[in-house]
Amino acid sequence: MVYIWGGGFITVLILLVVIGYVLVQGIPSITLDFLLTPPGGGLSGEGGISTVIVSTFYLVVVTIVILVPIGLGAAIYLAEYAPDNRLTRLIRYGVETLAGVPSIIFGLFGFALFVTALHFNFSILSGALTLVCLLLPTMIRTSEEAIKSVPYAHREGALALGVTRWQMVSRVLLPTALPGIVTAIILCIGRAIEETACLYVTLGGSAAMPSSLLSGGRTLSLHVFYLAMETRAFDKAMATGAVLIITIIAINTLTNWLSYRFQKRMRGTA
Amino acid sequence: MTRYFTDRLAKYIVSISGAVSFVILLAIAVFILKDGLPAFKEIGVFDFLFGTVWRPGQEQYGILTMIVGSVVVTIGSLILAVPLGIACAILLAEVAPFKVRQVLRPCVELLVGIPSVVYGLVGLVLLVPAVREIGGNGFSVLAASIVLMAMVLPTIISISEDSIRAVPPSYKEGALAIGATHWQTIRQVLLPAAKSGIGASIVLGMGRAVGETMAMIMVIGNSIVFPKTPLDPARTLTGNIAVEINYATGVHESALFATGIVLFIFILALNSIAVISLKRGTHAQTLT
Repeated sequence: MVYIWGGGFITVLILLVVIGYVLVQGIPSITLDFLLTPPGGGLSGEGGISTVIVSTFYLVVVTIVILVPIGLGAAIYLAEYAPDNRLTRLIRYGVETLAGVPSIIFGLFGFALFVTALHFNFSILSGALTLVCLLLPTMIRTSEEAIKSVPYAHREGALALGVTRWQMVSRVLLPTALPGIVTAIILCIGRAIEETACLYVTLGGSAAMPSSLLSGGRTLSLHVFYLAMETRAFDKAMATGAVLIITIIAINTLTNWLSYRFQKRMRGTA
Repeated sequence: MTRYFTDRLAKYIVSISGAVSFVILLAIAVFILKDGLPAFKEIGVFDFLFGTVWRPGQEQYGILTMIVGSVVVTIGSLILAVPLGIACAILLAEVAPFKVRQVLRPCVELLVGIPSVVYGLVGLVLLVPAVREIGGNGFSVLAASIVLMAMVLPTIISISEDSIRAVPPSYKEGALAIGATHWQTIRQVLLPAAKSGIGASIVLGMGRAVGETMAMIMVIGNSIVFPKTPLDPARTLTGNIAVEINYATGVHESALFATGIVLFIFILALNSIAVISLKRGTHAQTLT
């Protein structure tokens, strides 16, 4: 029993050390000034993270705008339209396989297709498209789950009224599954913010303010990497890391709250 | 009747997004193969996989050192993470009172959500100097294994916990009814019944460890050498790709894509083993 409690204790300890250390070291340096000034000239480590926040935000928005229509469409297709044949099984298998593929392989793909072949160079666009590929399996799976968890009676009730299938999907299924779908989107936003490896080889890492889709940039996580590895500005890296962790905790809390409400709604109407 | 028109249109649009997703997935495989296969031809499969010298400047591309590097840190991290993870899973599934579980579970979820660079950063600032105290320059397989342990723990914990919970309650009741203690029940009934799920969790953790990139670059040192002791630096397959892809051209670039193919095959094999093992587990449990 000592062994079992020890396991739990050490797990919590790891979490406390990782999060606690970064927050304790980082939070004192997070000032309004730090958030609102651009990183000082290239590799010096001076200045703040304003352009990095803008790049991160820009990248996430572009990614989500492309990801959600494709992912949600595919999820609706798989949940409601897809016949159970070899092709759909293949799609499902593909989606499941890709969910486990490491980020750096998506990075290689993005590098080959978007950066090199399509000449988007190292840019927000290349990074966002790579992220779309990386997140597509998550988006499809999570929103498909949400759509499927709508009780069957809803579908039958709607169809019995003589509506078309699309009316049933758009007026009954999607509104009911909405919190689940929103959870899926937030989950993807969280992962887009965490992701580093695939962006390291597609986004370029410029610290300047992005002016268009084709300008390079760096996200918060990439900034942590550059600060720690190239500039060795550990205090700034800790501060950026703390901003990152606070964002992730906020996103986690939001997701938990939403999925709690979603489950309650599903139970309430079942 | 516009609503029938809309209905049909919607069906097409939705089917198209299904198709687009599939095409994207296919394109990933095609592109990596297209860029990587020439390297196998140019270098030779055997020389590429078992060559010990990686000197792009002199046209020498052998990735055996990196394969060994990846395997060694993965094994190292699992040696640390498996006992801890299984203990934690038992705690969550069987032992802990409700209140403890309510604290512990969000902690495990948060461990998944922490970006890998943050693990790398903490490893770089805390672990690397600590390892340097023992010997070597600190950037080492040991530091990398400890960082990876923290990253694979959540995978092992959550899947093992699910599989322990999935053991039918009658097993536990039966064991307790014949006078076994709680600990005996866990060790001799629950764990053996959940073993395929626990096995799958370890294999999936392994997949995560093999694929991890940024945190590895930050603490492992990235030298292309065979690590002889845990205090030596090494380089992983993922690190090799990330460190060199931005300036690679020609055969060098192709060799990096080929490294990606090797990595991909590793992951595919691991995931298939996990899926089969999970399926067998649920099958065995539904049979009884």
